[in-house]
Amino acid sequence: MIRLKNIHKSYTTGSNTLHVLKGVDLEIGKGELVSIMGSSGSGKSTLLNVLGILDNYDQGEYFLNGELIQNMNEKKAAHYRNRHIGFVFQSFNLISFKNAMENVALPLYYKKVSRKKRNEKAMGYLDKLGLKEWAHHLPNELSGGQKQRLAIARALISEPSMILADEPTGALDSQTSMEMMDLFKEINSMGITVLIVTHERDIAAKTQRIIRLKDGIIESIVTNGERKKWLREQSMA
Amino acid sequence: MFDLDKWQEIYSTINKNKLRTFLTGFSVAWGIFMLIILLGSGYGLENGVQKEFKGDAENTLWVNQGTTSISYKGYKPGRFIEFGNKDYEQIKKVEDVEFISGNFRIWQNNTLSYKNEYGAFDIFCTHPDYGEVEKLIPVKGRFLNQVDMIECRKVTAIGNLVEKALFKGEDPIGKYIHVTGIPFKVIGVFEDPGGDRDVSRIYIPLSTGQMVFNRLNEIGTIAMTVGNASVDRSNEMTEEIRKDLAQRHHFDPADQRAVFIWNNVENYMKFMTLFANIRLFIWVIGIGTIIAGIVGVSNIMMIVVKERTKEIGIRKSMGATPGSIISLIMLESILITSFAGYLGLVLGVGLLEIVSKNLPDTDYFSKPEVNINVALGATLILIIAGAIAGFVPARKAAAVRPVVALRDE
Repeated sequence: MIRLKNIHKSYTTGSNTLHVLKGVDLEIGKGELVSIMGSSGSGKSTLLNVLGILDNYDQGEYFLNGELIQNMNEKKAAHYRNRHIGFVFQSFNLISFKNAMENVALPLYYKKVSRKKRNEKAMGYLDKLGLKEWAHHLPNELSGGQKQRLAIARALISEPSMILADEPTGALDSQTSMEMMDLFKEINSMGITVLIVTHERDIAAKTQRIIRLKDGIIESIVTNGERKKWLREQSMA
Repeated sequence: MFDLDKWQEIYSTINKNKLRTFLTGFSVAWGIFMLIILLGSGYGLENGVQKEFKGDAENTLWVNQGTTSISYKGYKPGRFIEFGNKDYEQIKKVEDVEFISGNFRIWQNNTLSYKNEYGAFDIFCTHPDYGEVEKLIPVKGRFLNQVDMIECRKVTAIGNLVEKALFKGEDPIGKYIHVTGIPFKVIGVFEDPGGDRDVSRIYIPLSTGQMVFNRLNEIGTIAMTVGNASVDRSNEMTEEIRKDLAQRHHFDPADQRAVFIWNNVENYMKFMTLFANIRLFIWVIGIGTIIAGIVGVSNIMMIVVKERTKEIGIRKSMGATPGSIISLIMLESILITSFAGYLGLVLGVGLLEIVSKNLPDTDYFSKPEVNINVALGATLILIIAGAIAGFVPARKAAAVRPVVALRDE
């Protein structure tokens, strides 16, 4: 599904060059539920942006569904994003002047689905996520959890093979966060690859595999079973 | 472009951002409205001043008879110089003479009549060119022509006050009026911006006048226009005419009282300069207003795009191509500016029409109106300026990687 080979990425601001990703190698299989952890500045958001083709990388190779994603022009990148990837952001990134249904239907607009069909489909997804009564409300009339569910509905509507979530629970309380993780698990069980960037341990603990980033390289990859074992060993020692 | 879905998307964006739409639209509408009002007022001023000075603003030379004041070649001073047809023929040959007419006048003690209506009006006996020299405006029929002149036809062109006095609403063309008992056929009615006096007279061919009033070969005044001749050239012409007359009528060319030549060209030039300056003033105001409008629209478009940067980022992460982003913003901006520009145009022209209809003609201001092509052109310029002003930042915003656009929280 995803194969990264020696990915490098640096940002230049004025005369300063900040080397953020320093050779990342990673493979994520289809249908996995994976989290990326790391302290701030470790490069986790940058990695997510590269994975989501929201940003390009300087060096290395990135294969998505077997296709090399490299130096894509904006038009092509937009096409890939539209077909393969659903995004969920920490700050929700809903369009404030569009109501819930219109926000959810937006990706279908760029898939050239007719208005009637995309609104119908959007209502279906809102219903699934328990937001049907809120379909005609603007985002600022919804609670944080509702907004994030709305964003998830929007990410799902284009039927992507992968969902990238950037700190999806960062703006939510712990109970809502857990509900959100259950939702992600459910989505994952439908066969969609889910990649969550987070710095919260208990969120990461709900995923199958934890990728720890530190200073732009992968420090460790822990699969969940091993982690439990590792934790046990720690407590026994 | 004519994708219905796109228009629906634009419509919903406009509909949900009423304040932004209103502000953009208002600045465009206001710019156009002010432009129309200013251009219209400027035109009104030009009209008013032109009307005020029209009578004086003619590039004419008038040659009048006088009395000699210097003895010359054995002739005593105090001799009256009388012009004849020969003088007309000679002066006509002077270079730069455009229209020329000899004439003599018979003042108001002549009764004109039609049926039972009587009136005392001036009679002007002239060449056909006189219509051009005096800038008469034909209302009905025609002015005198060369054939009337050659055949000494008993025809007349009458001023519109004469028409009103004698015909009382009847169509005068082809009817006969009696001039000192002689019937003349009316061939035309004319108007003259110079005022009432200039339209309470009738014109008959000079040849007919000389015959009927027994003034064979007599001409009182010779009037001509000089086309585009400069002030200097008109002064030269004055001297040429004076010399020519001096030779034929035997008077000292230096004798300023033998003939009076009134040169209106200098005056004419002054007024032409005045009119040109007024026009320039109007253009300066107009261009200034357009520039102010362009700056305003550009400003708003840039702010609009800036405000939408995040929305652009969201749309891009949802799979919008840069092209679709640019066309969305551009079409919205063009739609708003065109609609608002048209509204401003209609309101401005409407107000001018109302003012023009209801405002009594005052001195120096009359009939404000605006050249519709200029107004449409100005609107188009504003729309294009708005589109360009929107295009540059829209292209920039659309080219930005979505991650950058989404970052500013």
